[in-house]
Formats: sequence, structure tokens, C-alpha cells
Amino acid sequence: MKKFLPWIILVALIIVVALLPKPLEISPTVSVIVTVLLGLALTGVLVMTMRGHLIGRRTVFLFIGASLTLPFFMNFQMPIKVAPEVQELYDAIAKLPPGSKVLAAFDYDPPSAPELQPQAEAFMAYAFKHDLKVIIMGLWPQGPQQADMAIQKVLQQPAIRAKNIKYGVDYVNLGFQSGNEFVIQRMGSSFRGMFPRDIYNTDCDKIPILNGVDNFSNIDFVFNLSSGYPGTVEWVQIAVDRYGVKLGAGNTAVQAPSVYPYLSSHKLTGLAGGMSGAWQFEQATGEPGVASTYVLPQTFSHMVVIGFIIIGNVALFVGYRKSRQEGV
Amino acid sequence: MKREIPLIITFVAGVAFVLQYFIPHYPFNRFENLFSDWFSIVGAFAIWLGALSLIKLCLLNISKKAHDWPISLLIIVCFLAIVVAGAIDGFNGLKNVPTTSFRDPGTNFDWLYQNVYTPLSATMFAILAFFVASASYRAFRARNTAATLLLLSAFFVMIGRVPIGDYLSAWLPPSWQLSQWANWLMAFPNTAGQRAVMIGIALGTVSTSLRIILGIERAHLEG
Repeated sequence: MKKFLPWIILVALIIVVALLPKPLEISPTVSVIVTVLLGLALTGVLVMTMRGHLIGRRTVFLFIGASLTLPFFMNFQMPIKVAPEVQELYDAIAKLPPGSKVLAAFDYDPPSAPELQPQAEAFMAYAFKHDLKVIIMGLWPQGPQQADMAIQKVLQQPAIRAKNIKYGVDYVNLGFQSGNEFVIQRMGSSFRGMFPRDIYNTDCDKIPILNGVDNFSNIDFVFNLSSGYPGTVEWVQIAVDRYGVKLGAGNTAVQAPSVYPYLSSHKLTGLAGGMSGAWQFEQATGEPGVASTYVLPQTFSHMVVIGFIIIGNVALFVGYRKSRQEGV
Repeated sequence: MKREIPLIITFVAGVAFVLQYFIPHYPFNRFENLFSDWFSIVGAFAIWLGALSLIKLCLLNISKKAHDWPISLLIIVCFLAIVVAGAIDGFNGLKNVPTTSFRDPGTNFDWLYQNVYTPLSATMFAILAFFVASASYRAFRARNTAATLLLLSAFFVMIGRVPIGDYLSAWLPPSWQLSQWANWLMAFPNTAGQRAVMIGIALGTVSTSLRIILGIERAHLEG
């Protein structure tokens, strides 16, 4: 019986969550109580550590699990401050006049979707509302599918539905092309060299949005969503450096630090990095989405990790003191 | 000749690549298009090669009843399921007017992508949060000056990148709030470090490329 207890608890939890009325949201007072309890539990761990009782990794996992799941049901208003690089990205997109042709490169796959999909949705919604013409492509095989998912979602919005957005006129999906940075290079001389047909096998010459689009000189802005190679670095090195394209990017938190040098050298016109970047981008574009929900669990988990870093250092100093005392 | 011919091909292709970058005029600009097309074709074949070698490896594991062979069987079943679903949807889409794609909403492939592939991939990635937290607890320790600097940077970036940073430091002047500390760390020390790494990698790439083009480095011809 004892052996199956964790499984029984897990199944019971799943059943309880499944039966809960949706959307479940606990009041601000209860949210504060839960937060204080979590803080007290962390303090308890700190006190235990100071007394020389070191905790195992399972305790860390438990706290992280709680800090990631509980905030989904909480009701907290967080202050918003848009980072300069995100503001720069928004300003660059906001300056584009209606009818501008924007190339959206979706270079990521589902594991990075929690960070990048909100940016994709906010961008697509903004583009459709402001009459930007979006040309989608992907250097990652799953990228165009992620773009489709974002488009299907934003097309549900009444304001966008009222605009009667049409495939081929307002947006086009060129699909995936293998070849990594060589695809970008070839697009510099001829789009049709790499993408003679769209994702539906339609000849690009018969797609109205692509009329007059031969190479990067016919593109007003490139927005790249990237989570690795090939991605933003390759777009900067080839599209920006060789063809003078104006590029803005959305990156995963892991990748974002590596493209900061391109921001200060103005090769990159703005950057939204990670979940917080996605949240700020949503706020800047006025298209609040899932990142606004995800940022609270991220905040809690960051605080818990910081708490454990402090506890880990307390453990280190307790260890030093103990060894010094034993030495004496 | 077994070694000389690949060396000549490497030399010619390498020199042509360098020339087409620095001389964007006829006939060198033609090289660029030609090589890009070739690379895409080779890349497309590489995808098939990767898929086939995965299948081969899994079949070998199954035939030898190697350790965890049921996982290999599962890989083959999943691979075939998504390929078959995509192929059926793709062929059906060609009959529609206008043609539809296997990726379109409502297709079997899209159902598998949205309800199996996406949640499983996201779950695998999400598990990292637990390991990162556990690793931070054990690794971010102020053992020496460098480790302490790393620890402090991690602290300011982690707290400054989430809204609670500004909430806790709201009493400070705006330019001293925690988000500004995080922005400064990312814009200056991080950029400086990343630049050093980038320049180092670039110099290493150039020297290795030259060695390969000139035939000094021949490791790629072995095995």
C-alpha cells in the first residue's frame, strides 16, 4: 500500500484539479496567505540548514513544483516596466506604415513555445490589426507549424476577425527550407530561389502578397523568433550584415544573452528575451496574452531559487564553521 | 588519389566561397546561388539520412534485444505513426480545391502535433526548471571572489528580470531599481564577455577554416 501511496495521491490530485470549476482563481487575500506560507516554509528550511540539517534535492523539487503551479491560481497585479530593448523592438514595429512587408522567421520548436509563442501571438495580432503584410518562413521544420498555431489563435479575436484577414493577401506561409544560413544568403539574391512555392504548394508568382518581393530589399522589417541554431545570430550575420535588413528578434532566455552584442552595435533593432521579454512585449504592443499569466509563476520560481541559493550559501558557511571548530 | 581529390574539392570550394563573399560580381555571385542551392539539397538529404540512421539504430537495438530495446520499438512506432499520418493528410490535401496542407488544423498530423508532440516536448523542457533550481542550490556558492561575483550577478539578474524586483525596490530612485541593475549587467558585463567569446570563436573558425582549405588539417578526411 505504501508503495502505491504517491501514485494514489497524484491521481487524486489530477481528479481534484480536473473537477475544479474553471477558471479557478483564488482571492488576493488567500494569494497573500499562500505566499506567506511558502515564505515561512523556505525560512524553516533555512533554520534547519543553520542547525546543520542539510536538505535533499527532493525538497528543492517540491518547492519549485509548488512555486510554479500555485501562482497560476493566484491573483496578483505586478508592476510593469518595459526593458529598453523590448521598447526598441516595439518602436521599430510601430513605425512601420500600413501595408509594410514584414518577414517573420519562426526558428523554434515546441520546447521553446512557452517563451516564444506568446511573442508570436502578440506580434501576429499587432501586425494584423495594423495592416502589416506578414511573410512567414522557418529555418526549423516545426517553425511554420508554430506560426500557423499563432495565426489560428489570433484570428479568433473579434477585432481581427472583423478585418477579414485573407491568406495570400495579408499573410503567407512559405514553410520550412533546409540549408540553415544558406537559405538566408540565397534569399538575399532571390526569395523564389529558396521558396518557389508556399506551404500549400501554390506558385509564389500567383500569391498577391509576394508581388514585387524578390529579395530583402523589398522587405521593410524582419522579425525573428529564435531558440538556437539557425536563428538570430545567423540572421544578423547574413541578412543584416550583408543585405542591410532591419531585424528585430524574440529569443529564449537562454539564447538572449548571446545576442546582446548585436544590440549595442545596432545590428539588432530590439530584442524580447525569455518569458519576461514576452510579457513586456505583450504589454508594449497592447496585446496581453498567456505571458501575462506565466510571468507570475516565473516570479515565484525565481524567488524560490534565490531562496535556495541563500540557503546553499548558509550551508557552506555552516560547513566552514563546523570544520574550523573540529580543527580547533 | 583517395586523399588528393577530396583535398582539391575542399580547396576549390573553400576558395570559391571566400571569393564570392568579397567579390559580389559575375561570375562569383553565381557561385553564391549555386552553393546555396546545393547546400539546401544536401541539407534535405541529411534530414532523410538522419531519420534512416535513427531507424537503423533502433532496428539493430531491437534485433539484438539490447538494453531498453522497447524504447527503440516505441521510437519506430511513433516515427511511422507521424510519417503515415502526415503522408495521408498530405495526399488528401492535394485532392482539395484549393489544396490544403498536412499541417492544417483538423488534420491527423496537426492533432498529433498539438496533443502529443507539443505537450511532450514542453514537458521535457519544463523538467529543466527543477534541475536548474537544484543545481543553483548546490553550485552557486561563494567559495571565492569569482564565484561570489557570479552569484551576485545571478541574484540581480534573476530578481531584476521579474516584476517583483521593481516591486521590492520601488522606494529607490528609478535608475537604482533592481530591473536597472539587471539591465546594466546584461548590457555591459554580459555584452563584453559575449563579445570576447564571439571574437575568440571567430578567430578560431577562421584559422581552422584556413587550415582545412589549405589541406593542413585533414581530420575530416579520416573515418
